Amino acid sequence: MGKVSRMSGQALVSIRALKRSFGDVRAVDGVDLDIREGEFLTLLGPSGSGKTTVLRMIAGFEKPDSGSITLAGKDVSQLPPYERDVNTVFQDYALFPHMDVLTNIEYGLRVKGVSKEERRAQALVALKQIRLEGYEDRKPAQLSGGQRQRVALARALVNKPSVLLLDEPLGALDLKLREQMQIELKALQREVGITFIFVTHDQEEALSMSDRIAIFNHGKIEQLGTPREIYDNPKSAFISEFVGQTNRIEIDGKKVNIRPEFVSISKSGTTGDRVVQGILRDEIFVGASTRYLVETNLGFSMISTQVENDLKIGDAVTLSWQKEREFLVQI
Amino acid sequence: MTISKSARLALAALLGIGLAFIYVPLTVVIINSFNASRTFSWPPTELTTKWWAKAIENTGVREALKWSIIAGLSATVIALLLGTALAFAVSRYEFFGREVISLLVVLPISLPGVVTGIALNNAFTKQLGMSTGLITVVIGHATFCIVVVYNNALARLRRMGTSLQEASMDLGANGITTFRLVTLPNMASALVAGGLLAFGLSFDEIVVTTFTAGPGIQTLPLWIYNNLFRPNQAPIVNVVAATLVLLSIVPIYLSQRLSSDSSTGGRF
Repeated sequence: MGKVSRMSGQALVSIRALKRSFGDVRAVDGVDLDIREGEFLTLLGPSGSGKTTVLRMIAGFEKPDSGSITLAGKDVSQLPPYERDVNTVFQDYALFPHMDVLTNIEYGLRVKGVSKEERRAQALVALKQIRLEGYEDRKPAQLSGGQRQRVALARALVNKPSVLLLDEPLGALDLKLREQMQIELKALQREVGITFIFVTHDQEEALSMSDRIAIFNHGKIEQLGTPREIYDNPKSAFISEFVGQTNRIEIDGKKVNIRPEFVSISKSGTTGDRVVQGILRDEIFVGASTRYLVETNLGFSMISTQVENDLKIGDAVTLSWQKEREFLVQI
Repeated sequence: MTISKSARLALAALLGIGLAFIYVPLTVVIINSFNASRTFSWPPTELTTKWWAKAIENTGVREALKWSIIAGLSATVIALLLGTALAFAVSRYEFFGREVISLLVVLPISLPGVVTGIALNNAFTKQLGMSTGLITVVIGHATFCIVVVYNNALARLRRMGTSLQEASMDLGANGITTFRLVTLPNMASALVAGGLLAFGLSFDEIVVTTFTAGPGIQTLPLWIYNNLFRPNQAPIVNVVAATLVLLSIVPIYLSQRLSSDSSTGGRF
């Protein structure tokens, strides 16, 4: 498999009118997407939204019913996985249980006919990159979840693919390890400069790691944009609820949305040009922050994370925010 | 679940009686193969290995052992090839009639041997015009040997899942390389276990063999049956029977060890 030629300014991966059904279920229902070189792009959506099927079609594990996938100008949609210059990190890692760590990592080079000394040398470099020196002879069963995950990464990256596909790679790790791996993964991507296509259903993960996010719903991309664009201007009610939290309210006969962190609660003073009166009903402690639930005198409840000190449940309070922080949703 | 002490004792006694029914007669056969008395007076007053020496010298026994081994190995090889291929087809592909095929493959192990034997004999000699011999014995044995290989291979393939093969192809290996480097090594212990069981089944089979062997071939079980009522052969029959018992235990024991070996086939 030759290295693809680098074409700046053009998409490295182009997906056009991609469709795939399983029985009566339209898993992917017309997806268009351009992925730039060196980009960290996340496919985000609830389970069954089609994101994993798109990834599996880029990898070659599924054939599209129609549409095309172009990699560096070449239509690869009908090629088998072993003729595509992409590699995958699997959700369950899929490390070969009968091979030790080093043999796992050098597998891709081995089947491409790289000499033993050469592939061993490259695998050792990759092993160092994931900080698992000394684990060469371990079998996958003797590794922790985080270590397996790093071996799976090294096994894919040692082939220097033009695109690395990651299928919910952090899903099986516990929270602490997951957060640490998010940082490591992002740093690794910057270091190697390879295009990452990352599948997740975890919106925080998507917001914190991605250059751009494609939000999937019912087999289609509902919105494509930077994390900031999507958070600040979600196109649909579905996205505003799926990414972050939002207050969906009706004021002056208009349906608007406002994020909880822009709403402040106080006893008297206001911090914005929109003011609503209400009663503090509840506080919900969620670790790093606390959410406050206010029942407004307009007949709806709102959540806020900005609150002045010394408020008690049952107090009459004033909610206020900047009108410009409000956003409308199209759907 | 807890059970009372008396119930436990009763269960232990029943288990003991059950096991005794199976293993006491077998033990008697093995001990009698060393019994110096020609009439097997019990308990043995003197032990000897002369029957074993005579059995080894006996050309009939040696011929029968040879045929048993040839038939067993041939049936096992056929069962390994076809059973593995079938297990692949059933576990990896969706096709019309898949469940029916799965059932048809497993069925021969529960069909009465006498029916299978007569049916095969009829098919070979009447419909196909073949004469019975080694080939017909091997085919007859393969019909039930294939079941154990198929079952073992299928269970392992299901447990392995598809992601290892996908990972291998993703890393640049084509289907054949993937089978050689990933699938086969992870199936090996299941196939060896299935093959050992298949050989064990073939080695002591008598019913199907009776109808498919013809006059030219005598396997060890057939030899025993034919010599059972010849008084002067009785000591050697004991030796052959003891050998059959021991040779059947080894593959079963090994195959159990291999089947329970999860370190080679498990997913992570």
